[in-house]
Amino acid sequence: MSTAKSSPRHPMPEQPPLIRAKNFEEVPQGYTPEMAIAEAKRCLQCKNPMCVQGCPVGIDIPKFIYHIAQGNFDKAIGKIWERNSLPAVCGRVCPQEIQCEGKCILGKKGEPVAIGNLERFAADWERAHQVCQLPVCEACTGKRVAVVGSGPSGLTVAGDLILKGHSVTIFEAFHKPGGVLVYGIPEFRLPKEIVAAEVSCLQAQGVQLECDAVVGRTVSIDELFAEGFDAVYLGVGAGLPKFMSLPGENLVGVLSANEYLTRANLMKAYLFPQVDTPIPRGSHVVVLGGGNVAMDSARTAMRLGAEKVSLVYRRSRAEMPARQAEIHHAEEEGLHFELLANPVRYLGNDQGRLTGIECVRMELGEPDASGRRRPVVQPGSEFVIDCDLAIVAIGSGANPLLTNSTPDLPLNKWGYIVAQPETGKTGKKGVWAGGDIVTGAATVILAMGAGRKAADSIHEYLTWGW
Amino acid sequence: MFTIVKREEMADGTVILNEITAPKIAVKAQPGQFVILKANENGERIPLTMAETDPEKGTITVIYMVVGKSTELFKSLKVGDTYQNIIGPLGRPTHIEPGKNIICVGGGTGVAVLHPIAKGMKKAGCTVTTIIGARNKDLLILEDKMRQASHELHVCTDDGSYGRKGFVTEVLKEKLEAGGVDQVVAVGPVPMMKFVSLMTKEYGVPTMVSLNPIMVDGTGMCGGCRVTVGNEIKFGCVDGPEFDGHQVDFDELILRLRAYNEEERLSHERCKCEGKDHEHC
Ligand SMILES: Cc1cc2nc3c(=O)[nH]c(=O)nc-3n(C[C@H](O)[C@H](O)[C@H](O)COP(=O)(O)OP(=O)(O)OC[C@H]3O[C@@H](n4cnc5c(N)ncnc54)[C@H](O)[C@@H]3O)c2cc1C
Ligand SMILES: Cc1cc2nc3c(=O)[nH]c(=O)nc-3n(C[C@H](O)[C@H](O)[C@H](O)COP(=O)(O)OP(=O)(O)OC[C@H]3O[C@@H](n4cnc5c(N)ncnc54)[C@H](O)[C@@H]3O)c2cc1C
Ligand code: SF4
Ligand code: SF4
Ligand code: FES
Repeated sequence: MSTAKSSPRHPMPEQPPLIRAKNFEEVPQGYTPEMAIAEAKRCLQCKNPMCVQGCPVGIDIPKFIYHIAQGNFDKAIGKIWERNSLPAVCGRVCPQEIQCEGKCILGKKGEPVAIGNLERFAADWERAHQVCQLPVCEACTGKRVAVVGSGPSGLTVAGDLILKGHSVTIFEAFHKPGGVLVYGIPEFRLPKEIVAAEVSCLQAQGVQLECDAVVGRTVSIDELFAEGFDAVYLGVGAGLPKFMSLPGENLVGVLSANEYLTRANLMKAYLFPQVDTPIPRGSHVVVLGGGNVAMDSARTAMRLGAEKVSLVYRRSRAEMPARQAEIHHAEEEGLHFELLANPVRYLGNDQGRLTGIECVRMELGEPDASGRRRPVVQPGSEFVIDCDLAIVAIGSGANPLLTNSTPDLPLNKWGYIVAQPETGKTGKKGVWAGGDIVTGAATVILAMGAGRKAADSIHEYLTWGW
Repeated sequence: MFTIVKREEMADGTVILNEITAPKIAVKAQPGQFVILKANENGERIPLTMAETDPEKGTITVIYMVVGKSTELFKSLKVGDTYQNIIGPLGRPTHIEPGKNIICVGGGTGVAVLHPIAKGMKKAGCTVTTIIGARNKDLLILEDKMRQASHELHVCTDDGSYGRKGFVTEVLKEKLEAGGVDQVVAVGPVPMMKFVSLMTKEYGVPTMVSLNPIMVDGTGMCGGCRVTVGNEIKFGCVDGPEFDGHQVDFDELILRLRAYNEEERLSHERCKCEGKDHEHC
């Protein structure tokens, strides 16, 4: 075992930075079966596996890795599916460094097992070979569940409840299902074909999907009950773009990341004019923020042909909340970091178009409530970055469209739905909620975890009552 | 399926009416609300106001001016053809106070947006005086419908080819001078709404305008539709589309509507010079 401990982690082949920075194809290209087996053999098969504690849905990580090491890929995917219905997605987008891999014992001295890469491998292998049987649904219960929103949490609830024999309909406001997985996360990080495959799998199991249905407008929650639904799950995400209320924010060329990424991903505007939706192509693009959304926006801008893309972030690199892999990829692709800087106003011309952003320098002071050192303005440090496109990626809030139309649904002071952490039950009878609309913008796997708990609770309710 | 059951051309073929089956939307829609339409897989999401709804038949009617690539594509759709997606009803319904003395002012295709509002107000017991205008006689739309939806109708054309010669604002001024007006509703090209609002401000008459910023989702998710109203940022799709005309920053809206001019021109030209059938370009 000691030799295994010291062996280096097998990197996943990637498109070279200078090539990939000009296309929308996926950056990491996946393990070959040989690489996957070799990487799986690094796992120590711990008796008390720390990695499992780091996974929010508790996948039996050593077991599935064992099956890969043995070349039994079908058994590996079966093991993962017991806890996670979207492994091809999670293997790609989980922040593994703070979850499963962050806890792996091998990481104490060297590099942790590439758990995410292996999970992705097993899922991709199954999608290509289709050897596993879809799980069989239990006998029909005659109960009907409405799932509002088709992001990871809604999909999880739908998948769990259809297996339990309930009839499930997903209502999605957009014309395509998948939530952030289709409108936010770009193709080069999560090919849309994968999300579509997961959704058609659910449909094959009997889940009904109604797109173009804006609950709160097209139909209200109470009308869903009146139509005969017995329970409603709200997984509507945190779809409200935040702006900073700076002077000049409405200049042409200042976009929210939500708008920019929705144009690029959902509307496929990077193919414009082959498709009809346009997207602004800046020559110097500035992205404001330091999370995954900021990285995705910046890397999209590069692929749309920007000469220079700068990321303005008010703290230092160590505090950036984005996945480490994405920061690293973005840097390799040529992203320019303007750290410890904060915008104060946008500058424009007489056509109302953006020409630059005035920023100030920051320094790190005492730690704040989040434990990160609080950035403080350095007086007199103003400077201007010339740019023709600015993408605001400083976070998102609770979209009030649905909640405003449901006055008897209790919310917290920021407008998020109040739900019991263990069950997802809200203050309105027959209604559950989970994912970003309860926790605020978080992660795919946490949204799925919330969906799983709510599905259990909904099943209990449909069997025994509220 | 969102099937076109009726199609009409108006104003010399520059304005098109489509009546479309959309039963769920038809039963919910109220005056002032809009839908977003997407014709096919590669299509853009285009917001259009519902000019009429028929809950019994399960249809909605949109009336749109052909201005660019997507409306050109919509124009090519025939009776029996379908839109791939229609989303709605979106936006806040018109706030109607019964029993008021209202002047409705409409210009160009704005008249189509104005029609359900005027109709709703008349139904609620308001006295509705309507002033509609167009550049010339051929471009005038919905005259008969507006006559039915109003107690009094005035028609203006810029060139005097029909009705009174001049701008709608001239008739409006006379009415404001006469007094007794509780509210003005103005829908039309942005400059028109701007001038109406400037005028009514002088007379201290509350004025509602319906704004048409560029939109993507129509649900408050992207912020692309932001407009400045009373120095605050509002989202046209969820806070509007109707706003207090005295508070709106129209100049900013005009600039923001030009955001994609260059791209739209390219897209439109590409389509034309390739000589393709619009359905496939
Ligand atoms: C650009 C970007 C990159 C990200 N990168 C990562 C990453 O690398 N790793 C990671 O773990 N997490 C990442 N996240 C976060 C993660 O995507 C979210 O936490 C997760 O998607 C939340 O899932 P959800 O199911 O709660 O909601 P969402 O995925 O937001 O889905 C909600 C769905 O509900 C629909 N909806 C909203 N309102 C209504 C309504 N009224 N009626 C009907 N439908 C409605 C929406 O259209 C949407 O489809 C990223 C987020 C963004 C925006
Ligand atoms: C809530 C709402 C309701 C609307 N209702 C109607 C209606 O009932 N009838 C109708 O004819 N139009 C209506 N519009 C305007 C309509 O959406 C636009 O004319 C349409 O999007 C233009 O698309 P296009 O691809 O054909 O033209 P494009 O090629 O996109 O643009 C052509 C020209 O129109 C301008 N333009 C682009 N988008 C818009 C926009 N959203 N509004 C105004 N001008 C725009 C461009 O700057 C350009 O000069 C409404 C808009 C909104 C936001
Ligand atoms: S679901 Fe995410 S956290 Fe869990 S094992 Fe997979 S990659 Fe790790
Ligand atoms: S902690 Fe690491 S080495 Fe141990 S079982 Fe988990 S993945 Fe394998
Ligand atoms: S259209 Fe996206 S927020 Fe209004």
